[in-house]
Amino acid sequence: MRFCRLKAIAVKEVLQIWRDPRSLMIALLLPFTQMFLLGYGVNLDLKHIPVCTFDREGSQLSQALFKHFQASQYFAIVRNVSSYPELRAAIDAADCSLGIVVPPDFSERLNDAGAASVQAVLDASDDNTANIAFGYASAVVSGYASDVQLTQIDRQGRTLQQIEPMVVQSRVWFNEDLESRNFIIPGLVAVIMALVGAQLTSLTISREWERGTMELLISTPVQPNEVMFGKLLPYLVMGWLDAAFCLAIAALWFGVPYRGTIAALFLTTTLFLFVVLSIGYLLSVLIRSQVGASQIALLLTMLPTMLLSGYVFPIDQMPKVIQDVTYLIYSRYYVEIVKDLFLKGSSITELAMPIMFLIVYALAVTVLAARAFRKRLD
Amino acid sequence: MTSALTSAAGPQSGDQIIVEDLVKRFGGFVAVDHVSFRVGRGEIMGFLGPNGAGKSTIIRILCGLLRPSGGRVLVAGIDVANDPERVRERIGYMSQKFSLYRDLTVEENLKFFGGIYGVPRSDLAERMRFAIDMAGLGGREKALVATLAGGWQQRLALGCAVLHRPPILFLDEPTSGVEPTSRRRFWDLIHTLAADGVTVLVSTHYMDEAEYCHRAALINQGRLIAVGSPEELKRSALGGELLLLESASLGPVLAALQQAPGVLDCSVFGNALHVLVDDAAQALQALPAFLEQRGLQPVRLQRIRPSLEDAFVQLIAVDMAKRRAAA
Repeated sequence: MRFCRLKAIAVKEVLQIWRDPRSLMIALLLPFTQMFLLGYGVNLDLKHIPVCTFDREGSQLSQALFKHFQASQYFAIVRNVSSYPELRAAIDAADCSLGIVVPPDFSERLNDAGAASVQAVLDASDDNTANIAFGYASAVVSGYASDVQLTQIDRQGRTLQQIEPMVVQSRVWFNEDLESRNFIIPGLVAVIMALVGAQLTSLTISREWERGTMELLISTPVQPNEVMFGKLLPYLVMGWLDAAFCLAIAALWFGVPYRGTIAALFLTTTLFLFVVLSIGYLLSVLIRSQVGASQIALLLTMLPTMLLSGYVFPIDQMPKVIQDVTYLIYSRYYVEIVKDLFLKGSSITELAMPIMFLIVYALAVTVLAARAFRKRLD
Repeated sequence: MTSALTSAAGPQSGDQIIVEDLVKRFGGFVAVDHVSFRVGRGEIMGFLGPNGAGKSTIIRILCGLLRPSGGRVLVAGIDVANDPERVRERIGYMSQKFSLYRDLTVEENLKFFGGIYGVPRSDLAERMRFAIDMAGLGGREKALVATLAGGWQQRLALGCAVLHRPPILFLDEPTSGVEPTSRRRFWDLIHTLAADGVTVLVSTHYMDEAEYCHRAALINQGRLIAVGSPEELKRSALGGELLLLESASLGPVLAALQQAPGVLDCSVFGNALHVLVDDAAQALQALPAFLEQRGLQPVRLQRIRPSLEDAFVQLIAVDMAKRRAAA
């Protein structure tokens, strides 16, 4: 490998990127918009679930129950209805996903028997949301129930000897606030870098074929390695910029706590960029058409990274076969690394395994790409 | 095959390009069919023939871009099939399709190829100056290549191809789509390079451009049907050299010439005669005396130069007839 050739390729590539608004747009604008779109768009926390209330009694006790709902951050009462058909219409129109119905004899039964029931009507078209909403609603109702009990005991002039045989004192580590955003956003950086990185390099070789410049290039003594590294280098610098950009947005804008070292982040990000850039480059060598290569690159980066990297869907909850498949997904290693760096502050030695996998991946893809580059037309 | 037509340039140690029995097949299609020729140092060899004759295929094989199906190809004494990289260091190539970077400037393209060919930093400025002057692109160094006219683009491509002083140049239809004055200028450049000892193999589909070559090879349907200097080619096309004879008494002259020595053929052409002879110079001296002995006098006797295009059309027609006969 000769430095003068590598430099000639790299300089030429920089000039071409600079003069090609399409590449520049992909490189600079896409990560920015994606980071905000997906950063705000993907949120697994259920908050402010819209609730309709149907108060068939209209008593002090029933209104107090609704106050408990209103006070919870998980619910927001959007409407008070006065009939079942109205409630049904509200759920059909998706105005609310939970209806709370208080029966006409609510206070009476509560006072007499000390046991009353309320009805929850759930929109279970999204079963996950319905389950969670029901869980939250039960908690609110039982919280209210124990309040009522205490007041009654209090009124009778007794004090309650609280007996709790066993209690779990929980302490949440790493993501102390249990914010799904803290879990998702570091992985989002991986998704965006995979998408953008492979897109950028998928155009480089195919562009030379399409514009007819490849025939002259391969008639020169230039070596496949020189072409590859010369072309990857400018995009690696661009990738660093993009990654710094995305990681800064994650830490500073979305406030995800960062606990690792910058050196570890730099090293692992560089490795990951090398893998995705080489994948794009390999596709570009194999496919020789800009549109074709970038489409396949999109397919090979976006889908597996979204679905199988553990970015949103936890890998250990997947069926065994799919779990095995995820070992082939290069982004799973970086997602793991970046999440651990952000939330756990892991050291490089603790991340040795995923780092090793990334190194193997990077080597394999670059060797393949260098071999796939043929200096012949037939 | 047409060994009588192939030139006398025998095997010399100075031959920069040696092609022996070259065959190239694409599937069942034979693109190059047992072609052999040699090109000496400082020689300009023209490749002529209709589109699709196989000219570009041969040049691409010589550059190591296509693998030959059979035969042997030596460029600068190196076997291209075995060691294409060493060959690539010694050649400059202009492909048929313009293949410089249009989104780079003149200067940036030259710098790029300077880097790719490893032109030493100390020489680069001088080499770039040379290429820019040669291409007549002074003052346009910062212009994007896309904004240059066709002739200038082609001269810049030649400039990029010679930046590393290659001893051998392969130019594939460098003048196609270029206006006539620019074409003329381009050929002047090629002659300047050849005078410095650069061996040039250049293809064209402008038949008249063969006149600018030291030797030309005519290629038709993958076969080399004639090689030689333009004069040799014209002679071989006609089977001799052509004289125009004007006389007051065409009939008797025509009859007398049938028996004249060195005359191969004779035909009426308007109010003059076309006389085909084996050696024009000799006939110009001998024929007037021959006719005077028989009491006849030519008014005018002069040599006519058939165009190369006529010669090639004739050669290709003969080749096609032979193929039909063989088939």
